[in-house]
Amino acid sequence: MFLAHLMNTGLGPFYDGLAHLLVTPEDLLPVLALALLSGLRGPRFGRVALFTLPLAWLTGSAIGRLFSPHWAWPVLSAVLTLALGALVAADRPLPVGAIAALAIALGLWNGSWNGIELARARAGALGTGLGVACAIFAVVAIVAALVATVRAPWARIAVRVGGSWIAAAALFMLGWALRPA
Amino acid sequence: MSLLSRRVELARAAAFAFLATLLWPSTALAHTRGGEASGFLAGLSHPVSGLDHVLAMIAVGLWGAQLGPPAVWLLPVTFPMVMAFGGTLGLLGVKIPGIEIGIALSAIGLGAAVLFEARPKLAIAAVLVGFFAIFHGHAHGTELPAGGNGVLYSIGFVIATGLLHLTGIGIGLIHRWPAGRMALRWAGAAVALAGLSFLWRALT
Repeated sequence: MFLAHLMNTGLGPFYDGLAHLLVTPEDLLPVLALALLSGLRGPRFGRVALFTLPLAWLTGSAIGRLFSPHWAWPVLSAVLTLALGALVAADRPLPVGAIAALAIALGLWNGSWNGIELARARAGALGTGLGVACAIFAVVAIVAALVATVRAPWARIAVRVGGSWIAAAALFMLGWALRPA
Repeated sequence: MSLLSRRVELARAAAFAFLATLLWPSTALAHTRGGEASGFLAGLSHPVSGLDHVLAMIAVGLWGAQLGPPAVWLLPVTFPMVMAFGGTLGLLGVKIPGIEIGIALSAIGLGAAVLFEARPKLAIAAVLVGFFAIFHGHAHGTELPAGGNGVLYSIGFVIATGLLHLTGIGIGLIHRWPAGRMALRWAGAAVALAGLSFLWRALT
């Protein structure tokens, strides 16, 4: 089964987790998409995503560590990324509850996936998990804040184009995941 | 918009691009898993490896620039997304007949649209571009190598495609001047002619 990979920086579990997002595009892309989406909707939505996503991720990683569920990780991860990218590209109004629900779904899903790998790592799993959650917090804070402050129409369009690129990459990810061996 | 606010927006865009560069996995190449860098670079170089693909993707940008907003950004959004769908079909082994002919026709059709400054309804232009994108995506999808890092490959692939569209839009900005408008139409004629040669090759 394809699993999320945890890297070894040599600086300890927390920094391993902090760096994880930077070298794992399949985890980074949906986080970026959610940050863009919440930023497009405004600061209130950004704050919801900022606090909900890392907490949901930590909860998901605990579920993954404890139960190691065997689901179709890459396929559903690609579908979730595709949906988030498409929502950014569409730029339709969403209620704040929808952003919270998406953050919870993404956090639980992504966290569970990585939690299975954390269970294998055993030593320092908590530190690594906290590092990943901090990295998610930082990415959402910076990206959502930047997007929430854009006013120029062309800048908003650039964000939407970025969302469409994420959706397109996710479609390819789906193809790779479903590709016959 | 005032000059100051435009500068602030540009500074924000630059900061955003800088952040994206920092976040990009290649900045931590020393720690990457095997195949990541090659996956990204292979994906980045794949769309520019064939003249037929390059001309069609640039032509999408040229046509978008001629049509103006919202087509100028809607067409380059449509193409990568539908192309990725076509690529997925190719990856899954779904057979589509006449792929090479479709690619050649895309160069002819998009070149002709630029040559004649065709102005169909936005939905029709998007459907046309999306239809052609399926052929390009499928061709790429069936060519993708097994193994490697599919995610980074895909990201590189989509970015390269988007940058080709942006190149077309950048060139298409000459449309605002009379001489540029004429040059753009000549460029469309060149793309259409190249498409005819691709068609000849596909049929013989």
